[in-house]
Amino acid sequence: MADTLQTLQADLQKIDIPFSADIAFNELTLKVPAAHLLNMCETLHNKFGFSQLIDLCGVDYSQYGQTDWETKQATSTGFSRGVSKGVSKKESDTPRFAVVYHLLSIERNQRLRVRAFAEGEPPRIDSVINIWNAANWFEREAFDLFGILFDGHPDLRRLLTDYGFIGHPFRKDFPLSGNVEMRYDPDKKRVVYEPVSIEPRTLVPRVIRHDNRYKGIDNV
Amino acid sequence: MSDIRNYTLNFGPQHPAAHGVLRLVLELDGEVVERADPHVGLLHRGTEKLAESKPFNQSVPYMDRLDYVSMMCNEHAYVMAIERLVGIKPPIRAQYIRVMFDEITRILNHLLWLGTHGLDIGAMTMFLYTFREREDLVDCYEAVTGARMHAAYYRPGGVYRDLPDRMPQYDEKKSQWHSEADFKRLNADNRQGDLLYFIEDFTERFPKYVDEYETLLTENRIWKQRTVGIGVVSPERALNLGFSGPMLRGSGIEWDLRKKQPYEVYDKLDFDIPVGVNGDSYDRYLVRMEEMRQSNSIIKQCVKWLRENPGPVMLNDHKLTPPPRETMKGDMEGLIHHFKLFSEGYCVPEGEVYQAIEHPKGEFGIYLISDGANKPYRLKIRAPGFAHLASMEEMAKGHMLADVVAIIGTQDIVFGEIDR
Repeated sequence: MADTLQTLQADLQKIDIPFSADIAFNELTLKVPAAHLLNMCETLHNKFGFSQLIDLCGVDYSQYGQTDWETKQATSTGFSRGVSKGVSKKESDTPRFAVVYHLLSIERNQRLRVRAFAEGEPPRIDSVINIWNAANWFEREAFDLFGILFDGHPDLRRLLTDYGFIGHPFRKDFPLSGNVEMRYDPDKKRVVYEPVSIEPRTLVPRVIRHDNRYKGIDNV
Repeated sequence: MSDIRNYTLNFGPQHPAAHGVLRLVLELDGEVVERADPHVGLLHRGTEKLAESKPFNQSVPYMDRLDYVSMMCNEHAYVMAIERLVGIKPPIRAQYIRVMFDEITRILNHLLWLGTHGLDIGAMTMFLYTFREREDLVDCYEAVTGARMHAAYYRPGGVYRDLPDRMPQYDEKKSQWHSEADFKRLNADNRQGDLLYFIEDFTERFPKYVDEYETLLTENRIWKQRTVGIGVVSPERALNLGFSGPMLRGSGIEWDLRKKQPYEVYDKLDFDIPVGVNGDSYDRYLVRMEEMRQSNSIIKQCVKWLRENPGPVMLNDHKLTPPPRETMKGDMEGLIHHFKLFSEGYCVPEGEVYQAIEHPKGEFGIYLISDGANKPYRLKIRAPGFAHLASMEEMAKGHMLADVVAIIGTQDIVFGEIDR
């Protein structure tokens, strides 16, 4: 399998489109600049037999590598138990939002991941709906949950959230418990929205530990 | 002449044929569907966001609640994604148990699909028959985990416990509603052995049941009138629309991840892939019926292997799997492992994987991004039904209103996985 991935990578290098590729966990990932995305996808679809778009999803990289709890230094009193939001903030120059495409070629029996970063605020990227019609709902979902705009999508409405919902819930700065709660108001005889009354809390802090058992594991 | 207008109809979200909470806005010209706009999300629980706030191992039970008629298959994809990131492989016996329960789940799913699909388009009796057989399989779930639906049985590193030596019995003392003769029937001979004995007995009986279903439906004139030529999808369109599983095979494309990209022990098992010809609802029905027979034969092979090969069902690495109860109680090291595992969990090396399995409904995939923390950075669930329902408009266009129900049935829609 890994062998054929390398051949595919070598074949792809011959295309006249700038991108970077790497193989990890037995999967090939292409990083394509947003400007060349449509071109790349068309080539993959027409010349490389990637006839199926299996999945399309947005990713918000704004808190990548951040933890609630720094554990590197133990003091004489042990580890600190407090949770402080986002202690190890990594500043990076990559854009915040990415769109990840998972492609499948039935003829080659191969999978391929394509990642493109959507730039700007609101983030924009070209829609691939004309290449794979399956992208229709996947792009609507990514728009709904992350607020990524897909240029050329004919019907970019919200899909999963409620009618009249405000915000994009899967962005990392959107609280887990949301912003509004809903109840039935017997006086007004209808359902009303109010600001949430529960405090967000961390049950298990997010920590990153460097485990030496995993050294060199990413090429298993 | 100017008064004739299209009629807009709201279908669901509370309609027995909506399979849960589907709201369809249909634009009708007379009784012919011109436009179908599904409104989904009424069951959206934000599973992916919830999983991002929990350690890896605590999200397994959420997976059961995605496609809540094929519970263990959902777990399987998630657990395998974690295993690939961490770089472990479960013991071979655990792999066989997983495959066996995947196939039991496939039969469970197809039985529910057959029952409800039949109910939707007029074959009332099917529902009663299929639920009779589901009862036995759900009992297998109960015997091995204690839960009849939301099992949380697969864990990273294996399965939670080995198959029980004894099938649970119905207890006379606890019920005043059944007579002694009832209990004799309920605790029949097939319950007197271990779980494998019970499952084997089921696999002996099951092909006959499938024959019974086919006698009722396959050549039935009404059934054929309702399904033949309904919702036809050409192979090219099926690929472009992102179809998978029986929906893709019904259109004549031979593609099954169990054969083409085998995981666990599927490459050691002998089974066939049924493929349709016309891509209509009737062919998809035939494909699923044959899949049940094939699953039955896979279960048989697994039972035979499991009988002959005892062994561990969980890895012994207690950084990732819980230590046995006795060790936890009696040994300091075991206690620490247990505490750490169930509080902080474990950190998974940085990276990303996409793990797909052949789910009863199609390709179910888990895309997992880890930044090295004890919680996933991003979890994306690729639900097969999502792509299928998205094609509703294309499949329903030009059909009659009553055929919309047949198309929902043939797509095997379950909202737990579509809305996530």
